[in-house]
Amino acid sequence: MGMAASRIPWYRSRRFQENLSGWIWSSPFTIGFVVFIGGPMVASAFLAFTQWDIIRAPEWTGLANFQRLLFEDELVWISLRVTTVYSLMSVPLSIVLGLALAMLLNTGIRGLQYYRTIFYLPAVLSGVAVALLWRWLFTAEGGLLNIFLGYVGIQGPGWLTSEDWALPALVIMSLWHVGGTMVIYLAGLQGIPTDLYEAAHVDGANWWDRTRAITIPLMTPIIFYMFVMGLITALQTFTQAYIMTAGGPFNATLFFMLYLYRNAFEWFKMGYASALAWVLFAYILALTLVVFRFSRGRIYYEGDMRGR
Amino acid sequence: MDATRTQRQPAGLTALASSVKFWRAVGHTTAHVALIVGGFVTLIPLFWMISTSLKTPASVFNFPPQWIPEPVMWDNYHTALVKIMPFGLYYINTTIITAASIVGKVLSRAVVAFAFARLRWWGRDVVFILMLSTMMLPPQVTLIPQFIIFRSFGWIDTFWPLIVPAFFGGAFYTFLLRQFFLTIPLEMDDAARIDGASNLQIFARIILPLSKPALAAVAIFTFTATWNEFLTPLIYLHSKQKLTVALALSAFRGEYSTSWHLLMAASLVAMLPPLLVFFFAQKYFIQGVVFTGVKS
Repeated sequence: MGMAASRIPWYRSRRFQENLSGWIWSSPFTIGFVVFIGGPMVASAFLAFTQWDIIRAPEWTGLANFQRLLFEDELVWISLRVTTVYSLMSVPLSIVLGLALAMLLNTGIRGLQYYRTIFYLPAVLSGVAVALLWRWLFTAEGGLLNIFLGYVGIQGPGWLTSEDWALPALVIMSLWHVGGTMVIYLAGLQGIPTDLYEAAHVDGANWWDRTRAITIPLMTPIIFYMFVMGLITALQTFTQAYIMTAGGPFNATLFFMLYLYRNAFEWFKMGYASALAWVLFAYILALTLVVFRFSRGRIYYEGDMRGR
Repeated sequence: MDATRTQRQPAGLTALASSVKFWRAVGHTTAHVALIVGGFVTLIPLFWMISTSLKTPASVFNFPPQWIPEPVMWDNYHTALVKIMPFGLYYINTTIITAASIVGKVLSRAVVAFAFARLRWWGRDVVFILMLSTMMLPPQVTLIPQFIIFRSFGWIDTFWPLIVPAFFGGAFYTFLLRQFFLTIPLEMDDAARIDGASNLQIFARIILPLSKPALAAVAIFTFTATWNEFLTPLIYLHSKQKLTVALALSAFRGEYSTSWHLLMAASLVAMLPPLLVFFFAQKYFIQGVVFTGVKS
């Protein structure tokens, strides 16, 4: 065997063949990374320091884009605020609601799969059709929401045409999709060993004690994961704002992505829009780091107790 | 298991047990009431959508609201989907893009996941970490340069920019499939290799058949995401014959912004494919969501 191995050329050696097939099989990722991610990132970093209308050659302007977006362009700050307020309302609310629904479903009641189907259903629907549906529901005169509010004696606001209510309306709409996360919480709850609850029961712990001492701590890893993922998704909201409010009224729903889209693809300010994209990236990263920092020591990992 | 537990319980606990039973019944009733109300709130927008889509323009704004349309205007669908716009064409366009994306994503993610889970090669761990770090990257950063690349290819107003990226890159689903592949015993590969099987044969005959639920989840999520996608087609597709369903709805909204009966008819038809897939493949949806959410 040793003799034979020394005689075969290097490119037929087993190690080389293994490396070769590894790189071939992983090439859809590596090629995609270079062409669609790495390369574009370098290009985007360059473009952020230029002025470019896509027709003439990009013109190097140094820090001018960043200077403008930090100190002169009020809309950047407005859109960052709108996006942040929306995310910090919709993500925690959907966690609380999703977890509450999952806990209701996890009480061992009958008909679990029917409820789960109903609540999950809206999660498969998104995009323009859903945005149009909710635009209709939020219509001030004749919209279903205000009709129902009228039944309980409340004069509903103009929702999407109201500076104060347009953003909360989009938050309400986002809660319609809560079933997508509910299913995950439910799976997490079902994974909690029942003997923990039984032991707590024997010790005389009531429902609230058990929720506080067992359910919530054991669910913190999932809650944390859903919070981070939800935040990253919410910070990139676009379709609702584009279809339902066009950023209005008075920029009350000018999401950052909508503003970026307008700069890039309506006004063809590619350089400035690239700078905006990096600002959004930095902002998402910073917020995520804050969340990680905050959660340190507050998340319970199974390994801590069981020594698995 | 229950039987042994009851045996171990001291007799004095029977009273406690029956009070537990009582409170559990109260709890269940409350839960049912809450869930039924919640389910009602969840479904009512869809009922209202169907109802609106079948009304006459005059009765759309009736007060009190008319839940069952009278007369039933089936013709609204014909008006919205045939007379006003060639919705069939947009359906075909979206189907082409969606089908190609599914093939591309399932295939490329599975192949790369195979390299990460089953092959030993120099640089594997570095590439893997690189891939995981791209998950943090929001697509906006690459949106503009990608647009420029595809523009230089002359691909604006074609389906290519919406299809080709599906065959390359990817992090989330690759990671998901890798995790799934790792649960398949390596001995199966070794046994096949001794029998002279190539990587391709191991991939196609062992790994893929044993990973059907995970592959189905990737296919289904790609389906709903691509079908509903709006921003990317908005950037790349412009001419009337090339629109996707989502783009057509957006254009339709611009022209008929208060014709709610027509808008709801078109929106409902746009939602139909995801709804149908959900009803037929619900098991895979739930499994997939749970797998992505809990396991990773």
